[in-house]
Amino acid sequence: MSEGEMARLMEEVEEKKKLIATIRNKPWRMKRRLTHLKEAQQFVDKFEGALGKGKGRKWYAYKVMMTKKWIKFQRDFENFRTACIPWERKIKEVESHFGSSVASYFIFLRWMYGMNLVLFGFTFGLVVIPEVLMGLPYGSIPRKTVPRAEQATAQDYSVLMDFNGYCKYSVLFYGFYNNQRTIGLLKFRLPLSYLMVGIGTFGYSLMVVIRTMAKNADVGGGDGDEGEFTFAWKMFTSWDYLIGNSETADNKYASITTSFKESIVDEQENQKDENIHLRRFLRLLANVLITCSLGGSGYLIYFVVKRSQEFASRDDLSWYEKNELEIIMSLLGLVCPPLFETIAELEDYHPRIALKWQLGRIFALFLGNLYTFLFALFDEVNTKLEEEESIKNASIWAMKEYYANYTRLLNDTESTPPPMDPSDVIRGPCWETAVGVEFVKLTVSDIQVSYLTILIGDFARAVIVRFLNYCWCWDLEAGFPSYGEFDISGNVLGLVFNQGMIWMGAFYAPGLVGINVLRLLSSMYYQCWAVMATNVPHERVFKASKSNNFYMGLLLLILFLSLLPVVYTIMTLPPSFDCGPFSGKPKMFDVIMETIELDLPAFLGTLFSYAANPGLIIPAVLLMVLAIYYLNSVSEAYQNSNMELKKKMQMARDEEKNRRNNTDSTNQVMKDLEDLLPNRSLAPPAPPEPEKGPEQEAKPTKMKPGSAGKGVNLQKDVALASPNPNVRGPVNRAPGPRGPGGMPGPGPGPGPGPGRGRGRGRGRGPPPR
Amino acid sequence: MGNKQTIFTDEQLDAYQDCTFFTRKEILRLHGRYHELAPHLVPMDYTKDPDCKLPLALIVNMPELKENPFRNRIVESFSEDGMGNLSFNEFVDMFSVLSEMAPRELKAIYAFKIYDFNVDNYLCKEDLEKTLNKLTKEELTPEEVELVCQKAIEEADLDGDNKLSFADFENMITRAPDFLSTFHIRI
Repeated sequence: MSEGEMARLMEEVEEKKKLIATIRNKPWRMKRRLTHLKEAQQFVDKFEGALGKGKGRKWYAYKVMMTKKWIKFQRDFENFRTACIPWERKIKEVESHFGSSVASYFIFLRWMYGMNLVLFGFTFGLVVIPEVLMGLPYGSIPRKTVPRAEQATAQDYSVLMDFNGYCKYSVLFYGFYNNQRTIGLLKFRLPLSYLMVGIGTFGYSLMVVIRTMAKNADVGGGDGDEGEFTFAWKMFTSWDYLIGNSETADNKYASITTSFKESIVDEQENQKDENIHLRRFLRLLANVLITCSLGGSGYLIYFVVKRSQEFASRDDLSWYEKNELEIIMSLLGLVCPPLFETIAELEDYHPRIALKWQLGRIFALFLGNLYTFLFALFDEVNTKLEEEESIKNASIWAMKEYYANYTRLLNDTESTPPPMDPSDVIRGPCWETAVGVEFVKLTVSDIQVSYLTILIGDFARAVIVRFLNYCWCWDLEAGFPSYGEFDISGNVLGLVFNQGMIWMGAFYAPGLVGINVLRLLSSMYYQCWAVMATNVPHERVFKASKSNNFYMGLLLLILFLSLLPVVYTIMTLPPSFDCGPFSGKPKMFDVIMETIELDLPAFLGTLFSYAANPGLIIPAVLLMVLAIYYLNSVSEAYQNSNMELKKKMQMARDEEKNRRNNTDSTNQVMKDLEDLLPNRSLAPPAPPEPEKGPEQEAKPTKMKPGSAGKGVNLQKDVALASPNPNVRGPVNRAPGPRGPGGMPGPGPGPGPGPGRGRGRGRGRGPPPR
Repeated sequence: MGNKQTIFTDEQLDAYQDCTFFTRKEILRLHGRYHELAPHLVPMDYTKDPDCKLPLALIVNMPELKENPFRNRIVESFSEDGMGNLSFNEFVDMFSVLSEMAPRELKAIYAFKIYDFNVDNYLCKEDLEKTLNKLTKEELTPEEVELVCQKAIEEADLDGDNKLSFADFENMITRAPDFLSTFHIRI
């Protein structure tokens, strides 16, 4: 066999091998595939021996097998991971009945649950468990014991509900933890761990929120235009071929119908007429009203806070007076959102935009509430700090007195007296525990109010509407009050602010995160049940998938706002002298300094002291600012190039469409180019002269695309011919055959050259991959 | 482990493995499913390549296809005679294309065939209307149906002929984020 033949044969064998490898990807009937496969295999077998290349097979088969196994492993892992995600079916059920906007709340709730579970894991594993297992038990030291005065009532239900009594002196609160530097056999550094967990809570939450925001931004905005193929994709990719259950199929039909209706509404919203002035006036009015109500609520809270400071000095308080602050705050949170919503009817926004405004307003309301609450709390803390000074002296004095009495009674100055009974020691006010108690009380009352609201506002309402309808004069179900719709904005904001309170309070009450986990868990089941049993789908349906980043943005903001008070207290306020893991230190973060000095090797200490040098920190900060600026400009450049590419693709598509319809190019640039092309039929009689003024060239470009090819041509003739006064005459002459190889199609094209060039350079639009 | 089976010769099984995305065990399982659709019609011994076809009505009653609004079209697209009668080869082919491992391009081709109700190699407005009505169980009003079909054609039609050719369809479907995960049947 000659060289050329060998080479050709090798090539053919390679081709056949490739065919065998990819034959399953070919869209052929099975019989054809089988026959071709047999042929190819026979060919390869026959000639491979001749070429002496039989060895590659085994390695290839091995590789294929490994690839298959790897794919299978990946698939199994994905299945496992998705199997671990809880409540998937519950959410799908809600989704198919109520649309994506309601389900997005539950997805958000589930995400929060996951994050809180991780935070709970940290707090529990690194702070609570070590203290419980390796620390001193209840009753051994003063901070862990109920004072003698309170012991009589410590077990009362009402006292426990207020988080006093045994609750106050338990792992739930800051005050329980001992300030021993290391505890147990493992020499676990509890104070350090407490501080690190406190900071780590914020760090982890920040990381998770930002990561989710980035992922949402990717999915949402990155995949080309969101509106590029909405209807086509809905039509061809919305049915899930995996559905085999008839009930699921019914749900799916419902959800597809809902989704189409959503898109139709979206589509129609883009085509409405407006009366601008009336609308603007109404919107202004609505905003004024809402600002007034926000101001009113702020003043109300201020007033109640002042009153509660008065109450603090009295002792004979009724239940209402004791809890006035929490009640008023919860009531405001209940009453104002529907009020805002009713006022917002004046504004007549698109539902998605209206939702955003509503969220923003409720956010402002809750923010005002929260910060007023915080200021009240700070007042209390300052009072307690002052109190502490006097008590510190008093307790030292009492201790000296006790020893003096003891030695006097026993007449024995040598033996050391046993320590005072823990419940008798005079205690400081322990402001951290007080703050923790406040936050826990607020959270609990928030839970109670929200559950009660659902019970009364939704469930009782549904029951009344359903059963009173039989004996009522008007149709309760169709008219007022009818069944409730699920209030997405209120619930989402409630969740976000609840999380803000948890972040603020978790440092002072480690048990708060556990309470929150329980709350979210029960909330999921309770609200799912409530929504399915008592709510009806929204009348006006719209997609809220883009709002996910809006919720995340709110969460991020709240995270920063709740970080501030905690960091402030860690850095500036002195810890209580007799409770908590930092007692005795001048500032809370001194525990870090202590660790660096005592636990870490010496050079690390010097390293840290260098790192803390302002001379190093300022350049580092500058560098970070520069990096942010650079990354920002890079991302802008990418966005710009993205836009350019999109525009190019759009242009190509339009060109293709126009070419098919044989209309003139809608593209301005193309039109201008055509105008600039020389007119060959004019060349011989007169020397070409420079183009005449812009107004005559402007005329053809002002024509609408595709309208009257002839008219455009005439005017183009004029534009091109105008420099030569002799040729201006034949404006009314119909254009003759335009030179060799005229354009096919209805009207005469603007010239053979540009026509041909246009067809040639175009191609078939963007490649279909 | 499987050398004891007598349904297929080893060459046949290897050929099936090369021509589909299934493994040996899955192909045998598929034969079991095919057989149980009509035990007296389908022979257990396929070594001689028997010529046996099952009618549409039997196949669309499979639990995997029962609830699918496009079940008839799916089976028709894979049958050689276009009436829905599937031989075992076509049966295996159908589930292979709809399996998880089939590539996007292949699925796009068959998706196009499935949604082409009047089998003219174009997705014209009537095809889209039928698709939409099957998807929504005719819950949309005629105006809404008209609007949706019009918008869908506007979005995807590249060459301006008011219907979707395969190139238009492929260009649109390959960018869809959900296509691969929804156009999937697990057998």
